[in-house]
Amino acid sequence: MAPFPISLAQYLGHWGSYVVYLLIGIGFGIALEVSGFGDSRRLAAQFYFKDMTVLKVMFTAIVVAMVLIFGASAVGLLDYNLVWVNPTYLWPGIVGGLVMGVGFIIGGFCPGTSVVSAASGKVDGLFFVLGALVGIFAFGETVGLYENFWYSSYMGRFTLMDLFNANTGIIVVGVVLMALFMFWGSEQLEGIFGGKDVKAMPKWRYGAAGGLLALAVVVMVIGQPTAADHWARIAPQKEAQLAERAVQVHPGELLSLLYDSHVRVTMLDVRSESDYNLFHIEDARHVPLADLFDVVPELQAQPDNTVTIVMSNDETAATEAWRTLESYSVPNAYILEGGINNWIATFGEDEFSRISQSTSTDSLQYFFETALGSRYPASAPEARAIEGLEFPSKVELQIKRGPIGSGCGA
Amino acid sequence: MATYTDTQKPVRAERKARVRREAKPYFNPYLGGILLGIVLFAAFFITGSGLGASGGMNNLVVLVEDAVAPGHVDRTPYLLGIAGGTKNPLDSWTVWMLVGVAAGGFGSAWLNGRLKVETNRGPRITPRTRWMMALIGGAIMGYGARLARGCTSGQALSGGAVLSVGSWAFMFAVFGGAYALAYFLRKFWN
Repeated sequence: MAPFPISLAQYLGHWGSYVVYLLIGIGFGIALEVSGFGDSRRLAAQFYFKDMTVLKVMFTAIVVAMVLIFGASAVGLLDYNLVWVNPTYLWPGIVGGLVMGVGFIIGGFCPGTSVVSAASGKVDGLFFVLGALVGIFAFGETVGLYENFWYSSYMGRFTLMDLFNANTGIIVVGVVLMALFMFWGSEQLEGIFGGKDVKAMPKWRYGAAGGLLALAVVVMVIGQPTAADHWARIAPQKEAQLAERAVQVHPGELLSLLYDSHVRVTMLDVRSESDYNLFHIEDARHVPLADLFDVVPELQAQPDNTVTIVMSNDETAATEAWRTLESYSVPNAYILEGGINNWIATFGEDEFSRISQSTSTDSLQYFFETALGSRYPASAPEARAIEGLEFPSKVELQIKRGPIGSGCGA
Repeated sequence: MATYTDTQKPVRAERKARVRREAKPYFNPYLGGILLGIVLFAAFFITGSGLGASGGMNNLVVLVEDAVAPGHVDRTPYLLGIAGGTKNPLDSWTVWMLVGVAAGGFGSAWLNGRLKVETNRGPRITPRTRWMMALIGGAIMGYGARLARGCTSGQALSGGAVLSVGSWAFMFAVFGGAYALAYFLRKFWN
């Protein structure tokens, strides 16, 4: 599988990669302009049912892009797990949407179209852009007053497939059918309110609609790759990484990451609950192997500077967990080298006594009188504990998706 | 074949001259939508994330704020994430995409003879009224876009295409808000 997304910075340099975004922006600007989105009257007409251009263009764009995205994913050209899906903050989204709707009908634009309008010489577009800048400024100054609401009803990476508990292909076909129904309805409304002759609209649109629906059905029939399919594709490369010990991180490196303010560390402790209660690293989350799947959506939605580290008593269970995370394309996943036993050997050798003659694999090698969990000094060693340790740096942050989320988002 | 192109030549020249005088018609909405959809797919395919406009605007606002009152930016958590310390608000793809949108809009309008300084408004209002509406509407829109973590492009288009539940809820809310108020503003547009 071709690497997805293409790591632009690697080929073009940090600032050079922005040229690509500039080009995409130019395409975006052209598409908006040729659709007539620079003209506020055309946009506002949508809300009087006279000219449904806004709805037609938007939903056509959405379904075309959707079918292409899931089609590319079905044939393995694109990894949906690595695609940025806007995280759902339900109520702030709905309230913000209503506010935007009000702004839309008063001002006649949305932010993107106002830029196109202003760039093509429209004075009202220019005023709208100025207004939008003021509104954005006002938001930055006032969000602190109701931050609890702004962060409320967070559902993470939550897709229509999760909502309806349905197969991706069915949702794709369903959305296409819904869009086609809306287009039909829009044309009827234009006929009634806009005095347009529906019969005079170009015939090729039937062909386009049929073609799109056929493509959606093909996407449904092919189906989306499962985690197992994905693993089968990446296994040779990933098993080599395991064998080369490229992803097993020394306890010293983990500790230094925990003290690095540029990096977020998510630690997943996949041991039994009793072992976890006896001893664990501070802030490590207890996620048994069987439940790992449940936290995958959350791990995929983490910021790009996040490192995920899995750990067991030695490495056996942690390696299993790592394979699972990789099959779901969780970015920047690593294994704690030697597991908790090695961690204690490194940071708490004097604190605990070793169980002699323990032969079973992946079991705790130290003896604990009480189950204090993370209330041991060795659960949260001080930064100076790293001094004198020698270890190779293995963690490399890879920005696997578009940097920092969506163009408008958080 | 040769005679064919010969007869075509004057027609083409004539058409070229006409472009400068009058604007070409806009694309059919479905064709425009297909074009936009392909751009949106390309954005996802190449970069892994979609399109955006208000995010770039946001960074520009914060850039100005940081220049005027850096201390204030460093004390406000929301702004701190964008321009705090050594962070450069221009070091974000959202800004460059926004520059592209402006360039693309300008270029397309120019080539199609639609580049013209004018104020588009309803027949019953003055340009000045229209400007005030645009300013007020823009401010409301800008505020709402940040509240919703995205505008029509970043949330509705991009999130809609990758089937985010929040983006779909947002999209219907935008249409709902606009339709709810449209009746009361009909004199401004019709």
